[in-house]
Amino acid sequence: MEEIIRVENLTFEYSTDESLIATKALDNVSFSIEKGSFTAIIGRNGSGKSTLAKHLNALLLPVEGRVLVGGIDTADSSKLWNIRQRVGMVFQNPDNQLVSAIVEDDVAFGPENLGIEPAQIRERVDAALDAVNMYAHRKKAPHLLSGGQKQRIAIAGVIAMEPECIVFDEPTAMLDPSGRKAVMDIIEKLHDKGITVILITHFMDEAAKADRIIIMDKGRIALDGTPQEIFLNADKVRELNLELPLGADIADRLRKAGIDVPQNIIEAEEMVEFLCRLK
Amino acid sequence: MSIEVNSLTHIYSSGTPYRSVALSDVSFTLQDREIVGIIGRTGSGKSTLLQHLNGLLKATSGTVKVGDTEITAPKTPLREIRQRVGLVFQYPEYQLFEETVAKDVAFGPMNLGLSKEETDRRVREALALVGLDYDEFAMRSPFELSGGQKRRVAIAGVVAMKPQVLILDEPTAGLDPKARADVIEMVRRIHESEGNTTIFVSHNMMDIAVLSDTVMVMHDGKLVRKGTPKEVFSAAEELEEMGLALPPATAFLQKLRKEGFLEELSVAFTPEAAAGEVLRQLQREK
Repeated sequence: MEEIIRVENLTFEYSTDESLIATKALDNVSFSIEKGSFTAIIGRNGSGKSTLAKHLNALLLPVEGRVLVGGIDTADSSKLWNIRQRVGMVFQNPDNQLVSAIVEDDVAFGPENLGIEPAQIRERVDAALDAVNMYAHRKKAPHLLSGGQKQRIAIAGVIAMEPECIVFDEPTAMLDPSGRKAVMDIIEKLHDKGITVILITHFMDEAAKADRIIIMDKGRIALDGTPQEIFLNADKVRELNLELPLGADIADRLRKAGIDVPQNIIEAEEMVEFLCRLK
Repeated sequence: MSIEVNSLTHIYSSGTPYRSVALSDVSFTLQDREIVGIIGRTGSGKSTLLQHLNGLLKATSGTVKVGDTEITAPKTPLREIRQRVGLVFQYPEYQLFEETVAKDVAFGPMNLGLSKEETDRRVREALALVGLDYDEFAMRSPFELSGGQKRRVAIAGVVAMKPQVLILDEPTAGLDPKARADVIEMVRRIHESEGNTTIFVSHNMMDIAVLSDTVMVMHDGKLVRKGTPKEVFSAAEELEEMGLALPPATAFLQKLRKEGFLEELSVAFTPEAAAGEVLRQLQREK
């Protein structure tokens, strides 16, 4: 498999000028991301998830180690726009990501900056708005939209740049359940279309949809595996102060009570099916 | 402190093309020392309602009574109301501004005109209630704390004013699971220690279910349901129609009943309790 991102011995420190004691936000982290994969990164607040995400398109540069995007070192400032065009980012707060007074202008902002032909920009903007189901709202003012709708516009703005990979940094944290679902549906759809997805989230049901989960703790990788592998390690996940998806959580509790539950149960639906067969 | 809301209506941007009815004829009564959870989709009127309870918004029509004071009456001194009703906004950590944690928490009590000694006492008490050690945190800058800690400092700032009604708008939004559980525990601790009436909004149905005595459901600017968590979360279909979900563990048990695994419907809100119900059923069959 072709890899799109490679992180080698990445260390990053934030220094607070008062104490002069640098705190390691990332401590010797290494992994690689395959093209077309869907990886979820989870961990507590302050575990280093967002710091890691910001290294993937050169918003932050390593203090030690290096990050390669499609073989290009992110420290190479002459390739900055190439890197940012390949790896797009969507942040938590939709209000901080929209710049224009009209939805379609906002989506066009990225491609315009890439110097793309106007006719082609039109095509890209329409396709991007269509992909997030917001085409009907293209003439509206962003501030009149709901949080979930704004976040979809922010995603459209990234899609219009046609990146190979999109990093979502807690994109649903500020949304209500229906907004969350709409955004998750779009993320899954983008993955199906072949875009590499990296999703940072606190919601375990969202992480369960990925093919791979990386759990960060104190700036290091604590666990790395498929959702099934991770959630079978229930005690360790709880020890890291994280929750399990409901199906996996109940499976773990039933196993501890001596019931033989298959290993592949993660979602509540799967647990319901299993119990009904058992009866 | 009790709260009485009568036929409360609020219309935004009245007389413009953007006119929208945010609250429509809302009436309810809350008892002293109740914990009330409010649920509803974005735009259902939850935040608008909260802002009427301490006079931040003026009602288009209807009345709000807090204790014996009708705060919607003209010339009601709002300063007094805001002292009695403390409101913690969404993402309150964005409102921190002082150099040290202690100064930030002291801002409210100082403005109430309390003495330095009394203010200091309240700061210590409020920090203890939100679970931050005074000696460790008082002199630190609020801006170098973690997200969860910042939020506690912001909540301490409101708690230090000793409101008889404490309102929190989505106190757990954006927090990791552990920080979320800690904040829920903290809200309960503050409630028990202060003996206040607590009102909070959340999209997390499990938090609502485990913490509330009473749940209120808002939909399209109307109060459509008010009852115990058990009553409200038993009406699954009604909630679904409004775009609201059950706590995941509750939905799980309902599905098990529907599929015939459970002989009778049991209502539980946590994974632990749901697993317990499953085990009970399995033992019954043995």
